[in-house]
Amino acid sequence: MRKITLSKAVNEALAEEMRHDETVIILGEDVAEAGTPFKVLSGLVEEFGTERVIDTPISEPGFMGIGVGAAMTGMRPVVDLMFGDFIFLIMDQLCNQAAKTHYMSGGKLNVPLVLRTNMGATRRSAAQHSQSLHAIVAHIPGLKVAMPSSAYEAKGLLKTAIRDDNPVVIFEDKLMYQDSAEVPEEEYSIPFGEACIKREGTDITLIGTSSMVQVCEKAAEMLQAEGISAEVIDPRTIVPLDEKTLVESAKKTGRVIVVDEGHQSFGVTSEIASRINEQAFYHLDAPTTRIGAMDVPIPFSPALEDITVPTPERVFEQAKKLVSGELINAA
Amino acid sequence: MSNAKKKVSADDALRMFRQMVRIRTFENNANQLYLSAKMPGLTHMYSGEEAVAVGICEALLPTDKITSTHRGHGHCVAKGADFKAMFCELLGKEEGYCRGKGGSMHIADQSNGNLGANAIVGGSLGIATGAALTSKLKKTGDVAVCFFGDGATAQGLMYEVMNMAALWKLPVIYACENNGYSEYTKTEEIAAGSITARAEAFGIESHQVDGQDVIAVNELSRTLVDRARKGEGPFFLELMTYRYHGHHVGDINREYYRAKSEEEDWRENRDPIIRMRAWLIENKYATEAELDELSKEVTEDAEAAVAYALDAPYPDVSEVDMHVYTDIEHVLA
Repeated sequence: MRKITLSKAVNEALAEEMRHDETVIILGEDVAEAGTPFKVLSGLVEEFGTERVIDTPISEPGFMGIGVGAAMTGMRPVVDLMFGDFIFLIMDQLCNQAAKTHYMSGGKLNVPLVLRTNMGATRRSAAQHSQSLHAIVAHIPGLKVAMPSSAYEAKGLLKTAIRDDNPVVIFEDKLMYQDSAEVPEEEYSIPFGEACIKREGTDITLIGTSSMVQVCEKAAEMLQAEGISAEVIDPRTIVPLDEKTLVESAKKTGRVIVVDEGHQSFGVTSEIASRINEQAFYHLDAPTTRIGAMDVPIPFSPALEDITVPTPERVFEQAKKLVSGELINAA
Repeated sequence: MSNAKKKVSADDALRMFRQMVRIRTFENNANQLYLSAKMPGLTHMYSGEEAVAVGICEALLPTDKITSTHRGHGHCVAKGADFKAMFCELLGKEEGYCRGKGGSMHIADQSNGNLGANAIVGGSLGIATGAALTSKLKKTGDVAVCFFGDGATAQGLMYEVMNMAALWKLPVIYACENNGYSEYTKTEEIAAGSITARAEAFGIESHQVDGQDVIAVNELSRTLVDRARKGEGPFFLELMTYRYHGHHVGDINREYYRAKSEEEDWRENRDPIIRMRAWLIENKYATEAELDELSKEVTEDAEAAVAYALDAPYPDVSEVDMHVYTDIEHVLA
């Protein structure tokens, strides 16, 4: 099968959906001729014109609000938020308006909007261009949240997001834009709420989101060399969350580590670990543990930044402790 | 009142009068429901501002879009809503426009182009502008009107979306209802310079109009709506009006920010309904007796709707996790 980059996969998903449906438009900063700073949208304005690939001023709340209104009246806007960190600028439009409109209207109004943004540290971009803020939006009922872990997921999930009648936020890892993966030539989509078992195993379950799937896969390789069989699962969407697949795996292996690049406290790792404890407790041989990003703003210095995010080595060490029966956090 | 008899037919004038009376009557009943502890929560009265909503909405087609505010009952009535479903919504009943999930601050008859009342001050400025973008891209000819108060002019979102609306020539009309008070604070204490000049800075044609004169509001609105349909928008209106009640129904002792004599002056000398009534009689569009009969009909209609809503059932508790997502019937099931 051919291999394409995640960037190209996103571009293909948008182009295909824009060809299928004239109501799909792109709104955001430098989305047209510039094709965004990451060049993810290159070529789209040439095919679809500036009426559908719309450059906006640097006014995130403004163009997000316009996206919400356009979505409520018959368009399917894909709003491009240049950096995930800017989500704090649009919180009212996303969380008070887009997320609640369907509910507040008693089901009469819909907001079929996609917010495409990014996440991920270690790009030496410091504290305001490196955050992974998906947990914050996953907290708000009414939003769906997708986290592609490769080019294949990026394309399939984005196509589903565009066709969804609800507001969907997609977080792409900005360090993965140039990573290639096998992506079929023919069209496909990936349903929301279906986790993917990336690797089967029997001794421990490693649940990872976005680029943390690769971290888990590398850790699984290292564990295999030690004779430990790790199962790796990618939830693909955290809202809706495929709890069933995660819990079944936990029951099977009896040990779980949840790995996510958001800050560890009050985040995705906490939520998933908690659900596993609630539903698989009597099948567990060890406490479900979590590895998130350190609870510090992302520092600039490479010497500091690199230690803030989960690594295969940390997952590997933690997994070995759990499998060997070493007491974790024992008093 | 504008001396515009020739431009306004008797039917149009009487319909505008009726709609203003309907809003006032709706609000009087809503206030009574609050005072008699029959309504959950609080509500923000539109009384005094009727000529704004009616003058503008009577210039619109049902397919045109509006966005409304926390003080939104007037816009909802003016855009064609029915009393029964409105009172049901106010009381949190299943037959309400939002199945009881929205209440006073989110009330909207969506089928008539009302995209919702918004409880975030200025929160719907983007939504209305986005509705105008849809109109432009789909070439529907729809015009979007964004109602907001003088308080919302302090929100940054307004300037962001006016900039884009002007750049893209969107068919949107920003209707600033300047009722003199931003919640419990005089507008002059929160707004520097001129409000219309702010829109003019973006090259948006702006007008200040007497918001107590329904004929003047309607005449200007018809012109601007037609022009917006032809692609000459956006436009900005500052409608000088007054809120008879406090910020909300519970804001009763308000002399610390507003004198009773000021309220009396507006009620007695600038009331949009009293003025329109005099104008209709003076121009022989109706007799005193006909207008009394009209008001009586509206009062009876409202009383019947209140009685209906009080007896109407609440939504079943199973509805609590419905309508979170369009495609998941019960999200917590």
